[in-house]
Amino acid sequence: MEKLFAGVGAYFLFVKRTFRKPQKWSLFPKQFFHEVNSLGLGSLPIITIISIFMGAVITIQTAYNIESPFIPLYAVGVAARDSIILEFSPTIISLILAGKVGSSIASEIGTMRVTEQIDALEVMGVNTETFLVLPKITAALFINPFLILISIFQGIIGGYVFGVLSGVVTTTEFVYGVQYAFHPFYVTYALIKTVFFAFVVTSVPAYFGYYTSGGALEVGSSSTKAVVSSSICILIINYILTQLLLS
Amino acid sequence: MIEVKNLCKSFDGRQVLDNVNVTFEKGKTNLVIGGSGSGKTVMVKCLVGLYPIDSGQIIYDGRDVSTMDDQEHRALRQEMGMVFQAGALFDSQTVEENVAFPLRMFSNAGPSEIADRVDFCLNRVNLPNAHNFFPSQLSGGMKKRVAIARAIALNPRYLFCDEPNSGLDPKTSIVIDNLIREITQEFEITTVINTHDMNSVLEIGDKILYLFKGQKWWEGTSEDLLKTDNPEVSNFVYASELFKRIRQSS
Repeated sequence: MEKLFAGVGAYFLFVKRTFRKPQKWSLFPKQFFHEVNSLGLGSLPIITIISIFMGAVITIQTAYNIESPFIPLYAVGVAARDSIILEFSPTIISLILAGKVGSSIASEIGTMRVTEQIDALEVMGVNTETFLVLPKITAALFINPFLILISIFQGIIGGYVFGVLSGVVTTTEFVYGVQYAFHPFYVTYALIKTVFFAFVVTSVPAYFGYYTSGGALEVGSSSTKAVVSSSICILIINYILTQLLLS
Repeated sequence: MIEVKNLCKSFDGRQVLDNVNVTFEKGKTNLVIGGSGSGKTVMVKCLVGLYPIDSGQIIYDGRDVSTMDDQEHRALRQEMGMVFQAGALFDSQTVEENVAFPLRMFSNAGPSEIADRVDFCLNRVNLPNAHNFFPSQLSGGMKKRVAIARAIALNPRYLFCDEPNSGLDPKTSIVIDNLIREITQEFEITTVINTHDMNSVLEIGDKILYLFKGQKWWEGTSEDLLKTDNPEVSNFVYASELFKRIRQSS
């Protein structure tokens, strides 16, 4: 338990050091857009595949579970839309990003640590936390909300296409359901969650990578710890934010 | 000049450096030698500030590191260059970008000035056509030379080398040794080299510090080293058959 609290404290001190002013602002935009491309746009293919197929599965499962003649079929569109916006896109996609982006960040920074590249930066007088981690966090805070909006759109399109193709719902019913009783706040809620999750999926793996010591085995171990810890953090934050914003 | 006074450093209660006093002179290649685990690397890492010291003083040309704030410390580090054991080149960057990195980060030089300086540094280490290679495409000796080029990019006053010859063949080792010595004399740098390669010691050692169990055990020149009757130092110097034969024949 003592170790856990020490780790949490060290993480917050690490985050504090990360948010110092960059030593050379002119280098920051290049790093920022590199990370936007690498962490954000590089994740688009996997997000697209998962979103389309999850949207399809949510629609078909909802349709098969609504057997009562008293429930109109457009409820399939309503349920698919709300599931995708409220939970699937922001939370599940962020968990997937915790795996993909998180392991990438932890192993990149961890490898830099064990090969003394971070020491080389330190000796030059570089604020290594700010230089290495700040562009990643800001890039994720910027690009992840767009990724989640794209995921929501793709999930609903996937649900529509596969729902109609499999014959469980008609175009008219699905489109009506998607528009029925829509609360714009749900999208705001999804984006608020996304911002918190984006912070977690970049800062937690960066922390584990930064404090790696040893060799290749420890880099792998840091990467695993980073993914597990950031996934748990996402689930806890998801519960807290849902309680705060929707209850 | 770097003065080290009563330097102590321990890890988890284990004393790694015990009251070390030494002065590293300007324009000279100062070598720190000793067996594995004697505290050489810890000492160099304490000097460059990678490890905080437990007690003592490190004074860079009259400036005591222990009285410096974070900003002054970072400013001092910009006067240092360091060549790591494995080079520590940034593997996502080309050779040109590696050498240009400290210039882009800490100088206000424009692109053409940076390009000129990179050309100068790469020419100085005899790698005039390596600009576009990535570190993974370089041999061990080339990596060390690029690391030296990066270390001298900002005209450092202090150069630290952590086992610059490890993993290199004898011929390449001599090239690297001579390069470090030439650069030290040419730019009047205070150079501290951490090594256990006896060839380097005899080739380029202006001043030699022998560490044993974290303590300063012996200090002198390379000529003194061959004549010393200190048993620990003698055992270290004449550990190899080659050196034993040289001693017998002389």
